[in-house]
Amino acid sequence: MATAGTVVLRTPRRLAALSWRRLFAHSSFVAGAAIVAGVIAAAVFAPALAPFDPVEQAFTNQLLAPSRAHLFGTDEFGRDIFSRVIYGARIALVVGVVADGIAALLGVILGVISGYFGRRVDAVIMRTVDVLLAFPYLLLAMIVVAILGPSLTNAMIAIGIVYTPQFARVVRGAVLQVKEEYFVEAARAIGAGSVRLLARHVLPNILSPIIVMATLTVGFMIVETAGLSFLGLGASPPTPEWGSMLATGRSFMLTAPWIATFPGLAILVTVVGFNLIGDGLRDLLDPRLRGAR
Amino acid sequence: MLKFIRRRLLQLAPVLLGVSVLVFFGMHLIPGDVAQLLLGDKGTEADLQRIRHQLGLDRPVYVQYVRFLAGVLRGDFGISIRTRQPVMWEIGQALPVTVQLSLAALVFAVVVGLLIGVLAARYPRSALDTGSMVGVLVGVSMPVFWTGILLLLVFGGMLGWLPLGGIIDGSLEYRRITGAPLLDGLVAGNWTIVRSSVRHLVLPAVALGSTAMAAIARMGRSTMLDVLGLDFIRTARAKGLAERRVVSRHALRNALLPVVTLVGLQLGLLLSGAVLTETIFALPGLGRLAITSVLARDYPMVQGVVLIAAAVFVVANLLVDVLYVYLDPRIRYE
Repeated sequence: MATAGTVVLRTPRRLAALSWRRLFAHSSFVAGAAIVAGVIAAAVFAPALAPFDPVEQAFTNQLLAPSRAHLFGTDEFGRDIFSRVIYGARIALVVGVVADGIAALLGVILGVISGYFGRRVDAVIMRTVDVLLAFPYLLLAMIVVAILGPSLTNAMIAIGIVYTPQFARVVRGAVLQVKEEYFVEAARAIGAGSVRLLARHVLPNILSPIIVMATLTVGFMIVETAGLSFLGLGASPPTPEWGSMLATGRSFMLTAPWIATFPGLAILVTVVGFNLIGDGLRDLLDPRLRGAR
Repeated sequence: MLKFIRRRLLQLAPVLLGVSVLVFFGMHLIPGDVAQLLLGDKGTEADLQRIRHQLGLDRPVYVQYVRFLAGVLRGDFGISIRTRQPVMWEIGQALPVTVQLSLAALVFAVVVGLLIGVLAARYPRSALDTGSMVGVLVGVSMPVFWTGILLLLVFGGMLGWLPLGGIIDGSLEYRRITGAPLLDGLVAGNWTIVRSSVRHLVLPAVALGSTAMAAIARMGRSTMLDVLGLDFIRTARAKGLAERRVVSRHALRNALLPVVTLVGLQLGLLLSGAVLTETIFALPGLGRLAITSVLARDYPMVQGVVLIAAAVFVVANLLVDVLYVYLDPRIRYE
């Protein structure tokens, strides 16, 4: 595969090198942070911001075009799309964080074990990673959902599992590099055990690539979980999830295009926000990752 | 070179074996009884036993796996629960549609992506550069399924320029040779088929290729900017070559390598996106087959589709590696 055996050539910058001043001088980070802050605010203050109940049906209001009363119009059950989009931010953020957390946690565990212990353990883990990478992402996610049963929680787990190999590879590369450093050797020389070495010396020094990778992938995870919901393998109605809202909107595309337009726009804005933050962090912390994914 | 290809092909075998293990045992973890699914509600316990015996489901799992693998090696993936057709036959019908769609998307992504990237690098910090990079950011972040819906709405619905879905006009009849209508039309020299097929292909290909296009444009711009600042470009300019020639012959070829890497990475996204694109545009391809089979719990079909998709994916990645050697004479895989 084109990505096989990527060699880490440069030491990623330490987290400590990152000051708020440098972060806020980076225009794309600032723009992304502003967007994501907006999405978080929408999620937190959803009950105050949303003018209507996101799941309450009103059959006298079916398929209304955007107006002052319904900013984004209404859907086939008369539900206010603006309110549903606002509440959808909660789901999108949870999805992004949980799926990313699963991928990062599993990836770090596998990558650290593989990189630190090497030899057979490394061979077994990395061949498994190769096998997982041989699946087109969504197909692997579909299999996992098929095994666990379709639901939003299982879709998040599936997307987390799908991204685990990528994290494992990046972490393994970083561990391989850090474990050769003098300070690790010195710690080993004064008798530190594997657990202490990993927890106190290796892990803190591979945090930058993990953080960069995690922010760069949040957006994709939100999109792909929405994709699973769009296919009927994630959130089910009447949950105000952007992907399943798009799926419904598809049937009314020609008669009520607003149903599909606004949830799509919400996904786009959120993902742009996370991607800008990810780009910014990557430039500042780990320029090696440029072009990954 | 041949030695390299042979070695890489040999390396693929364990990966595909791993995929088959994962898919087979994964399918066994899904709750539900295949015999029950096949019979529906009608079967008696005796019928169920008979079907289980016929399919070998009463044997130990590892025996079932060996039988499955032996079947796969003979090109026999079993019978679809949903359609009662051989899985291989169904895949044979669907695969050409997906390959045609993915190739069209790839061509769109590479051609348009490189064009935007090169132009942006050629005029850095111009309005063209800024505009295209904002467009690229949006393109990378747009979900394929939303792009598809918007394209359908605008070009199919509002403007009525292009059809709303399908692979070819329903009224047209043509001789199926490869299963990919565009190629079949070209082979038969039937321009009505070719025209209809292209009209049906444009929107899905653009929708599917847009993310890859944006990524390629971004990568193309940054590598072109790097390359255009190198000494050999100054030399080429100094010896009086036309700027167009400097860019197209000297800089572009050297900027292509990272783009090829990116194309390799994008292949997985392309095959994933095919599931969504085919669903939106009602294309009878592998992706649509995959999702209908998963929803219908048609395990033999899911196994077959996933194995074939993974095989296509790893072979496509091998082709990317081979392309590397062609593009960069410094790389030698021996």
